[in-house]
Amino acid sequence: MPLDDNFQLDSKIPSGPLAEKWDQHKFDIKLVNPANKRKYEIIVIGTGLAGASASASLAELGYNVRAFCFQDSARRAHSIAAQGGINAAKNYQNDGDSVYRLFYDTVKGGDYRSREANVYRLSQVSVNIIDQAVAQGVPFAREYGGLLSNRSFGGAQVSRTFYAKGQTGQQLLLGAYSALSRQVAAGKVTLHTREEMLDVVIVDGKACGVVTRNLISGEIKSYSAHAVVLASGGYGNVFYLSTNAMGSNVTAAWKAHRKGALFANPCFTQIHPTCIPVSGHYQSKLTLMSESLRNDGRVWVPKDIAVSEKLRKKEMRPRDVAEADRDYYLERKYPSFGNLVPRDVASRNAKDVCDEGRGVGKTGLAVFLDFSDAINRDGRDVIEAKYGNLFDMYKQITGENPYETPMMIYPAVHYTMGGLWVDYNLMTTVPGLYALGECNFSDHGANRLGASALMQGLADGYFVIPYTIGDYLARQPYKKVSADHQAFKEAEKGVKDSIDQLLNMKGERSVDDFHRELGKIMWDYCGMSRTAEGLTKARQMVKDLKVEFEKNLKVIGSADELNQTLEKALRVKDFFELAELMIVDAFERNESCGGHFREEYQTPDGEALRDDENYRYVAAWEYLGEGKDEKLHKEDLDFEYVKLTQRSYK
Amino acid sequence: MKFTLKIWRQAGANQSGELKTYEIDNISSDMSFLEMLDVLNENLVQKGEDPVHFDHDCREGICGMCSLYINGRAHGPQRAITTCQLHMRSFNDGDTIVIEPWRAKAFPVVKDLVVDRSAFDRIIQAGGFVSVDTGGVPDANLIPIPKDTASEAMDAATCIGCGACVATCKNASAMLFVSAKVSQLAMLPQGQVERYSRVEKMVAQMDEEGFGSCTNTYACEAECPKEISVTNIARMNAEYLKSKFTSSDSFAGKS
Ligand SMILES: Cc1cc2nc3c(=O)[nH]c(=O)nc-3n(C[C@H](O)[C@H](O)[C@H](O)COP(=O)(O)OP(=O)(O)OC[C@H]3O[C@@H](n4cnc5c(N)ncnc54)[C@H](O)[C@@H]3O)c2cc1C
Ligand code: FES
Repeated sequence: MPLDDNFQLDSKIPSGPLAEKWDQHKFDIKLVNPANKRKYEIIVIGTGLAGASASASLAELGYNVRAFCFQDSARRAHSIAAQGGINAAKNYQNDGDSVYRLFYDTVKGGDYRSREANVYRLSQVSVNIIDQAVAQGVPFAREYGGLLSNRSFGGAQVSRTFYAKGQTGQQLLLGAYSALSRQVAAGKVTLHTREEMLDVVIVDGKACGVVTRNLISGEIKSYSAHAVVLASGGYGNVFYLSTNAMGSNVTAAWKAHRKGALFANPCFTQIHPTCIPVSGHYQSKLTLMSESLRNDGRVWVPKDIAVSEKLRKKEMRPRDVAEADRDYYLERKYPSFGNLVPRDVASRNAKDVCDEGRGVGKTGLAVFLDFSDAINRDGRDVIEAKYGNLFDMYKQITGENPYETPMMIYPAVHYTMGGLWVDYNLMTTVPGLYALGECNFSDHGANRLGASALMQGLADGYFVIPYTIGDYLARQPYKKVSADHQAFKEAEKGVKDSIDQLLNMKGERSVDDFHRELGKIMWDYCGMSRTAEGLTKARQMVKDLKVEFEKNLKVIGSADELNQTLEKALRVKDFFELAELMIVDAFERNESCGGHFREEYQTPDGEALRDDENYRYVAAWEYLGEGKDEKLHKEDLDFEYVKLTQRSYK
Repeated sequence: MKFTLKIWRQAGANQSGELKTYEIDNISSDMSFLEMLDVLNENLVQKGEDPVHFDHDCREGICGMCSLYINGRAHGPQRAITTCQLHMRSFNDGDTIVIEPWRAKAFPVVKDLVVDRSAFDRIIQAGGFVSVDTGGVPDANLIPIPKDTASEAMDAATCIGCGACVATCKNASAMLFVSAKVSQLAMLPQGQVERYSRVEKMVAQMDEEGFGSCTNTYACEAECPKEISVTNIARMNAEYLKSKFTSSDSFAGKS
């Protein structure tokens, strides 16, 4: 049902001074009496950092939780792969960090396209996350005195990043998973693994349950609840190749969108500068090399195209390129930040030098990340202690030894800042439907800073939703909608019909084949740099490909068994719709900001040029039906505390 | 490169399975093992045959979802990596490669190469946690932890729960997996309060799931993609023994 004409987005940002908003809000919102919490049931989709922390915390409070994931175990959610670390404004290093500074850096890093109040709250609760994780037994890195160790990460000028080797996401997720497991044992969480949500059900305008498919038996099932929380991760895999896990997808968020939840800033995607370059057509995913490598590695390409050509043909070795013939372009262009400029800036510059023909590697789409100076300065042992596992991983994948020859890297799709629009309570525009973690749009604006996604996922799950959901539930009757309600039957039928449609098509092309082609269109026209012309062309290409997808797809097997190609086909179908919306959003935003670079809008020296007068808003899109253009709603962003400036890292 | 693949095909949990032979050509040495299987599956789909089902997700050696018994070894011929990190350059052109699922009573086959490892989750649910609720915990720097202790705990915590230890053990014992979690928490101050009840509960659940006993062959350590050390098993045995002299958790370790 379309929203009525005078619908206004209400972010529900509490009034009062920035530093007091959250405390005041916690006091003002309704509470559910401890004895009554057990009368409510909450569905949580996802067991990543956001979902696992939310499920555990809600269950500890006394709510009954039903949690879902599509992997065979909750512990395998994509969050497990995060390497570098998690930010928190602890100021343990006495180097001038504070809640305000983390807030400021995050708003600035996001190129002024996020909400001040949300970001401030995120910075405030960041300190609690570290306490929580340590109490769970997360073995963060420590100093000789036994206190926690920090590093500077992703261009921050203070050391506020906590880490556990290069496996911070793993350790934080295992912490949250252990808390979740404890609640499973206590009977407060019912865990459904290998079960995928395929629709959300809305009755009387409120979210009241989901329809799922059991991935082993194929059974389609309905579950009702008093509220539904989505923590289903990001949609970077719309590009086919990304650093995301193979299964990461947009389906849960997209189904919510189709049922009325507005989708915000879909075109804001993050391209990470340090990934292992593509090696061939068969490539199934891209591997991230942690950003921390930029602390010691120096990025360069040859000054001269002819030298790059020789390197590409292997007629010359990188170490034979004389110092004078190398262009350490980040250090040259950004003397104060050097190799540590934010991700969007580093990525775009890598693309530029490769477009000039100075790229290296067999495809010419790579730049060097060179550790030889660091090894000469600190010794191999020191570098090995810091990055050993990353160097091993690089060698395993490429067959080259980064202690002896520079690494080669190239940008790759990594994270999606866009996602379901949520208010300050993390509720979408559908009452009772919440979105946490990467699947919402909330805190990172147009560009996410390193080590801030783990922080946001856990902030949302441990410290925000447990409070804000009470405000909604306290107003709901104990009796929940029955899963036999007509609305569930209709949703189940919709799911079954779309499965049948895919299975009965019996076309010629495989899902991967379509997905690869879709991803290529997105990467070429809606990736690191975009133009109105390219986006117009891409939109038509996506439409045409979608028409073919709906006629010519080949899915083998049946609906009532483990069928991995069917799972994939269902996900790719939603990627097609999302792709078009991303293109429309990128086209509408006539400015460059953060990860969104429109070639038409740049400063004379090639930096992103924002248009604060006309685009200082969140673009929230409303779904109006199959094949119809979506409707744009705007949430204006007010900056009371942070002064809008041109980001400069020079 | 060109290979002959002999792959375990089994349509479902209650059906019998068999090794089927497939020929595959034009494989690049830079391809990962799972990408090679992707190519095979693409070919099978073109021919209208059911693709080979296998578990995978992160494809970078950290989620623990991929498995596969390759030429008689868990995660294939190389040490200290998972199947998803294995590349075709580790094989010779023309090789025959036998690919089977994890085999253990506690890990029943779901389909083809996919097995059910939920027993591991139930062992963690039995006690693999510190019983703290969200909020109300002390400041993270309140309790200093010696750097070496923290990093030893980290080494144990690095386990990805893939199940290679079980698959490779002739007794299908889960001791390496269980002991890694027990050790991590036993070494850290936060794990002390429930130290003894934890090991008892986790071991009891492990036995109930039908994993075999440990006869110290150390095959698990040799095949573990994360090189989890068998010293964890020794530590767990000691913890278990101590727990038997302890009626319940207490600060003295005995009461
Ligand atoms: C390689 C890599 C390294 C990174 N490193 C860092 C870092 O160092 N620091 C940092 O801060 N961030 C990092 N990030 C980003 C960060 O890891 C993610 O943004 C974050 O983990 C997302 O967590 P999440 O809980 O929102 O979602 P996820 O962890 O993606 O979890 C999604 C969950 O939803 C489930 N799910 C999805 N759809 C459905 C459905 N339809 N039905 C049922 N279940 C469903 C999945 O099974 C899964 O359990 C990194 C990302 C990558 C790719
Ligand atoms: S797929 Fe994640 S460890 Fe192999």
